Amino acid sequence: MLAYLVKRIFQAIGVMFVISLIGFAIQDNLGDPLRELVGQSVTEEVRQELREELGLNDSFTKQYTRFLGNALHGDLGTSYFFKEPALDVILKKLPATLELVFGATLIIVCLSVPLGVMTAIRPNAILSKFIMGASIIGISIPVFLTAILMIYVFSVGYGWLPSFGRGDVVHVFGDWDTNFANVDGLRHIIMPSFALASIMLPLFVRLIRAEMMEVLQSEYVKYARAKGIRPWRIYFVHALKNTLLPVITVGGVQIGTMVAYTILTETVFQWPGMGFMFLEAVNRVDTPLIVAYLIVVGFIFVVTNTVVDLIYGLVNPTVKLARLGA
Amino acid sequence: MSLLSVRDLTVKFAMRDGNVTALNQVSFDLARGERLGIVGESGAGKSITGFSLMNLLSSPGYIADGTIQFQGQDIVNLPDAKMRNIRGNRMAMIFQDPMVTLNPVLTIGQQMVETLKAHRRLSKAEAEQIAIMKLRQVYIPSPEERLMQYPHELSGGMRQRIVIAIVLLLDPELIIADEPTTALDVTIQADIMELLLELCQSAKVGLILITHDLGVVSQMTDRTLVMYAGRIIEAGSTREIINDPQHPYTQGLINALPQQTAPGQRLKQIPGSMPSLTAVPKGCPFEPRCAFATDVCRSTPPEIVRHAHVEVACHEVNRLHAPQQEGQSA
Repeated sequence: MLAYLVKRIFQAIGVMFVISLIGFAIQDNLGDPLRELVGQSVTEEVRQELREELGLNDSFTKQYTRFLGNALHGDLGTSYFFKEPALDVILKKLPATLELVFGATLIIVCLSVPLGVMTAIRPNAILSKFIMGASIIGISIPVFLTAILMIYVFSVGYGWLPSFGRGDVVHVFGDWDTNFANVDGLRHIIMPSFALASIMLPLFVRLIRAEMMEVLQSEYVKYARAKGIRPWRIYFVHALKNTLLPVITVGGVQIGTMVAYTILTETVFQWPGMGFMFLEAVNRVDTPLIVAYLIVVGFIFVVTNTVVDLIYGLVNPTVKLARLGA
Repeated sequence: MSLLSVRDLTVKFAMRDGNVTALNQVSFDLARGERLGIVGESGAGKSITGFSLMNLLSSPGYIADGTIQFQGQDIVNLPDAKMRNIRGNRMAMIFQDPMVTLNPVLTIGQQMVETLKAHRRLSKAEAEQIAIMKLRQVYIPSPEERLMQYPHELSGGMRQRIVIAIVLLLDPELIIADEPTTALDVTIQADIMELLLELCQSAKVGLILITHDLGVVSQMTDRTLVMYAGRIIEAGSTREIINDPQHPYTQGLINALPQQTAPGQRLKQIPGSMPSLTAVPKGCPFEPRCAFATDVCRSTPPEIVRHAHVEVACHEVNRLHAPQQEGQSA
């Protein structure tokens, strides 16, 4: 177990190193930060001085080593726009994004399992066919379009739900304000969560359905029937547990992907999270903030994947983590 | 009253281009504590007979006709919930491959306890006590520890023993064993069969043993059914069938055994292969492979009739066996 953990952590560090290299390498191509910093009235000498001061004239390797050294101390550069450490800016926005991802994950977990199981058990029912049809539509429509449609229907049309912002949040601690503590907060997070879930949910319903149908054909399900086990127990204990093994693997990767998808959702709903911030940073050519965002998102990806692999070992008794490490 | 009475059981598979008859008017009886062997090639309908008795045919297969009386109760039209009370409780089944019959993500204990709890009101501790007792009966060492283990931690022979222990949990009156040793090593096969025989004899449990191994049938069973293309073609006491087979097919099967041939000689195999169920000849299904076939064999399917000590479905059985013939008859 420990050896496996150490191995996974080393792999994660390697991945992070590559992400930082890529993130840092593209910043040269994002335009001249000086233009955004000082405007047009400043003379060329002053510009050169500033460049020298910011270290922009150094060689790539020198800049990168400096960046890496600072990054290891938790310093991912200073945002040109906010004049604050980039990491601090991101961490302030992180809770809003994580709450959004959490809301979407909650929707996906709560809906995909029953819907997937139901469509697998009764593949010919009209409701199953409707769900499968709707899932194709859900996968096909881009998130931003779904989001705009939802605003059009539920905010503009019926006026049931607010169309933007986080609403009345409750402070928890530090930079963390939560949407899940009162009605207004919940009303604000419903639509963004559903919009964010709109692609993953159909994907998971289809995945669970396909896996479940295969498992239901297996000998051990037939054997469970021969033992006189009740159908609900066969479906939800014998079959579902075997169904979820591959689903967990895919799911872990998808949670990371959802953090990235928040860029679209947050922009449409003006959700004050990392994604929205990233889009603004791109508009302002706030390179340190862009690079820091890429690294933080990469970090979230790597952490979720590692955690999912560890969970997989716990759920699947045939995977012995100790043996994997050897 | 017999334990099991099957009359004219007909199973069909609904295919895109019409129905395929997988079992054709199969009838047999089983007395309490009697052991019956069902032999035949792959596709003869042995396993389908077994699953029909459990009412566990998976679609597109269905029972089209006939009755199955289990302890006087017709189970063909029994509602699902009532049938579930019989399955695993009064009638239990051993599957072919123990590597895939146990659920890989549930412990042995969970799979045993759930079976008991499906049929009796017991606490978990009581159920575990029964499970341990049954594991002991099938000679599983340190049964308490096995309950915590997952199937993949055990060998194939061990797993089949556990399957047998699960089958015994509720003291059934009938055990259906569908090729219980086919997937196991030869050395383990004999152990498992011996265990099964011992348990059936001591508890007076009825056994239906589905196999293609005539040697196993001769050691394990009182009576034998020989199946061919979804029909019973010969039925009778195992000793009679092995010693004096009446149907040309049964004769061919016994002559094909390695013991019947001197070392180094070619085995005497039956020419041809069993017809596909979609193209069964309209006369006797065995006619295309039979050396004694006549015109009547080609046109009319034979009825199963009493002949000598057995029942046999063959038009020419009188000609083949008029008086006891000298030498080999096939």
